[in-house]
Order: sequence, then C-alpha cells, then structure tokens
Amino acid sequence: MLIRVENLSKVYKNNNEEVYALKNINLEINSGEIFGIIGLSGAGKSTLIRCLNRLEEPTEGKIFIDDTEITNLNKKDLRNIRSEIGMIFQHFNLLSSKNVYENIAFPLELEGKNKKEINERVKTLLRYVDLEDKKLSYPSQLSGGQKQRVAIARALANNPKLLLSDEGTSALDPKTTKSILQLLNRIRKEFGLTIVLITHQMEVIKDICDRVAIIENGEIIELDTVEEVFANPKTKTASEFVSNLKTNIEEEIKYEKKPESKLVRLGFLGENSKKPIVSNMIKNFDIDVNILSGNINELMTTSIGNLTVELLGKDEEIDRAIQWLTKENIRLEVI
Amino acid sequence: MSELIVPALLETLYMVFFSTIFSLIIGLPLGILLVITEKGGIWEKSMLNQTLSGIINVLRSFPFIILMILLFPLSRLIVGSTIGTKATIVPLSIAAAPFVARIIESALKEVDRGVVEASLSMGATIPQIVFKVLIPESMPSLVMGITLTIINLIGYSAMAGAIGGGGLGDLAIRYGLYRFQTDIMIVSVTIIIVLVQGIQLIGNKIAVSINKK
Ligand SMILES: Nc1ncnc2c1ncn2[C@@H]1O[C@H](COP(=O)(O)OP(=O)(O)OP(=O)(O)O)[C@@H](O)[C@H]1O
Ligand SMILES: [Mg+2]
Repeated sequence: MLIRVENLSKVYKNNNEEVYALKNINLEINSGEIFGIIGLSGAGKSTLIRCLNRLEEPTEGKIFIDDTEITNLNKKDLRNIRSEIGMIFQHFNLLSSKNVYENIAFPLELEGKNKKEINERVKTLLRYVDLEDKKLSYPSQLSGGQKQRVAIARALANNPKLLLSDEGTSALDPKTTKSILQLLNRIRKEFGLTIVLITHQMEVIKDICDRVAIIENGEIIELDTVEEVFANPKTKTASEFVSNLKTNIEEEIKYEKKPESKLVRLGFLGENSKKPIVSNMIKNFDIDVNILSGNINELMTTSIGNLTVELLGKDEEIDRAIQWLTKENIRLEVI
Repeated sequence: MSELIVPALLETLYMVFFSTIFSLIIGLPLGILLVITEKGGIWEKSMLNQTLSGIINVLRSFPFIILMILLFPLSRLIVGSTIGTKATIVPLSIAAAPFVARIIESALKEVDRGVVEASLSMGATIPQIVFKVLIPESMPSLVMGITLTIINLIGYSAMAGAIGGGGLGDLAIRYGLYRFQTDIMIVSVTIIIVLVQGIQLIGNKIAVSINKK
C-alpha cells in the first residue's frame, strides 16, 4: 500500500463562518494504481488532493505515504518529500518566462543538480513526451495539450513514485484529453508510478482509472473498482455520473407498453459481453426480442455493455427467460 | 551656455543614477517582503506586513520638499553636508524607496498564483521562489516600474535643485527664475523632457523584448 489517509478533515474559516471542505476521509491507495476521485464542483476534490502533498494543511487526521507520516513532517522534510511527488494542474502552471527546456529543468535546478545531469535528464524527458522540436519554445507558443505534456515531463523530472493530477485534462478538448490520458497510462506502466487524479469527467475515470472514489460535500460516498461502480452504482450521484456517459437513447424512445411484452435493460460485464446471450435466449424460449438501444463502455480492464430490449411473448415464457438471464449473471432491470 | 548646461546635466544624471540604485536597494527587499508576508503569501506574517505597509504609507504621504528638509540631519550624517549633489542623493533615495516598494509589490503580485503553487509542489524554498519564480516571472513589469522610478527621480531631482541640490532643476531656477535668463531655463527644461522621453522609450523597448507571455 502506498497512501493511507486516516480521518482527514479540512475546515476553512471565513470570517467566523466554518466551511467543512473535507469530513472524515478514510482512504487507501495502492502502489501502482491509477486512483480517480470524482465529484461535482465544490465537492472537495482539490482540497483532498492538495492535502496529500500539504499544499493545503489538513485540520485533522493523518496521511501516510509509504509509511512516512506526511502530516507530521517539518518544513524541510516536507520539501524533500514534495520533490518526490509530481503534480500537474488544470491550467498547467508553467513558468511563462522560461522555455520548454528550462521549465522541465526547473525542478532539477531546484534540487541543485549539475548542468550535465540536467541536460541528460531533460533530453530524455523531451523525447518521452515527444516535444524535442519544441524545446526552445515558450509556453505562450504551445497548445494546451503540448503545455500539459511539458508539465508532465516537469513532474516526472525527479523520478517521483507518485503523480497527482488536479483536473489535469479539464482544460483540454476530448481528443487531446485522450492523448494525455494515454500518456499517463504509459507512464504508469513503464515507471510503475502511482497516479491519483481528480476530475469531474466520468470519461477520464472510465478511460484510465482502476478504482474510483466519489466525493460529495466533503465526504466519500462511494469507493470501488471502476467496473463495480459502472456496473452497480450504489448512490444517486454515482448513477448520475455513470448515466451521463451512456448515450441517452432510452429517454428518446417513445415506448408504448404493449400487452404480452416487457421492456428490460441488460447489463453485461467483461466475459459476458462476448457471449451470444440474445440469440441463446431466442433459441431457448418461445419469445421474440426487439432491440431498442445498446452501447458499450470500454473501461481500463474490461468492458461494460448495456442493452435495452423489448421481450415479446407469453408472460410466463418471458418470466422464465428473465430467470435464465439472471442465472447467466446478466444484470437486469425491468423498466 | 554649454559650460553651464553640461555640468548641470552631469549632476542630474549622477543624482538620478545613484538615487535609483539606492532606492532599489531599499525598496526591492521591502516590496518582496510585502508580497511574501501578506495573507496567503508564501511566508505569511500579518503583523510584519501591516507594520511595513503602514510605514510605507506614512512615508509616501510626505510632500517631497518637506521630507528632504526633515532628512537634512541624515544627509549630514552620511555625506557630511546638507547641500550639493551628493547630499541630495540621501533624501532622494529615501523618498523614492517606499514608492519603489509599492511598484515592486504590485509587479510581483501579478505572478500567477498557480505557478507559485507548482513550485511549492516541487519542493522549492522561499528564497528559490522569490529569486527563481517571482522576480523572473514579473521581469517586464519590474522593468516598467523601474523606468517609472527613474522618471520620478528626474522630477524629484529637479525639485531638489530648488533647495541647493544642483543639477538641471537648480540651473533652471537660478538662471531662469532669478536672473531672467529664459533661454537657459528653456534649454534645461527641454533636456529634462528629452531625458524623460528617452528613458520611457528605452524602458518600454526592454520590457517588450523580455516579455514571453
Ligand atoms: N481557501 C479557501 N477558503 C475557504 N473555502 C474554501 C477554500 N478553498 C476551498 N474552499 C471551499 O471548500 C469546498 C471544496 O472546495 P474544492 O476546491 O476542494 O472543490 P472541488 O471539488 O475541487 O471543486 P471544483 O471542481 O470546482 O474545482 C468548497 O465549498 C469551497 O468553497
Ligand atoms: Mg478543484
């Protein structure tokens, strides 16, 4: 285990008014995983991630990273550990007076590395994020995606074991977002880095996270593997995040309830999505199946299919089919 | 006429040059302190910040001539005299220092908060943030601020001439006002105007050329 958060609370005092940004957060993040934290605006995501490197001082609670108690460190030790934690931001936060090369070199320079060492490391990083031809450009001359690649290279400069991303893709268009996420995933794979990222976009969680915590009003209301949250969202907020992703075709279907028919929504997870469930159902039972809508969400490790179908036939035959589906481990919901 | 103008011009340049340097030496650290000690700053010290800010405001409210007279004793202490070009540098520097502090403060405050945070997240120390982030990032604004300081000091130094400071202002008053030699006054004033315009022009050029935003 890499990160352990115990009873973390954060209270902001604004002219005698107390705002509880975080309430009693408990969390464990494993080494090498990409852990997502999602929530609506003001939920406390930034506060939480910023507590991890104490850019924000927790009001209460403890944070351990690899058995070092972060919440307990003096200024000097804190600075040392900070240089081992990379961080990227929504607005990139590059130094506008320095060019790409100098920006990536900056954390190394802070560490007092010599010129030769810096030069070698920066060159490797430039190649890694594919920005060798931009090394003399200034941030104002780069696109958003290029700026974030510079920021990622900068965050990796000191070989961190942990990377924090505070809405690292929120200022980017969908295509650039994908490419940045791919880069993060590659980094995780190649360097065995742990990544904690916060976002308000379920797309991001879906694309690269292993596990996700959903945070609302400063509390974690749901925490599980991404597959589980997609397949079985337990809270209303979770289902809203998940359903925002699904194509909202269901609402568009003007379904008139016919006699001798049932409308069901089927959810397939992993292996199940590869089996010929629908055709087996038609062969085994005396019913007709009318497909109304369907989609597939590709997660990091698996895929989740959703199918809305109309089952036509005698009531008892439909019921038998439904029982069979349940036995086949198909998530099922009669609408 | 040039035997009058040239020495006066040199005196003015001498006064302005050294008072700019000294006011920067006093004002720059004060400006930096104002920024880092403010609420939410990287070295939050509310008491220090408010005290400093108070003193600067008081100093800035003094009319320059009065400040200069008040500082005569200090001039005597430092340069051993209260009149002449050298002596004038003392009150000029001290009068300009609080102004410089505010100018530096407002320039440094323009630096994006996020950039400072990113540096903190990399483990930067407070001096590293000041010298490697705040100052380089606000360089164009700092150059504009220093330009403004020099121009103000040219104005102040002309005023200082009135109470025995020497320089072009002194010349304009002694010959132009008291002896009705209007031509000398016109030439002195013209040179001051050219100086101001020239410095503004150079300042703008430098600021633009170093701005990477
Ligand atoms: N410096 C501060 N002073 C007072 N209140 C604050 C401060 N920073 C955050 N808050 C409050 O704490 C709560 C959580 O804020 P936070 O920035 O963590 O939210 P978030 O989930 O990151 O939102 P967003 O998606 O908009 O960035 C909010 O109610 C916010 O108003
Ligand atoms: Mg936020």
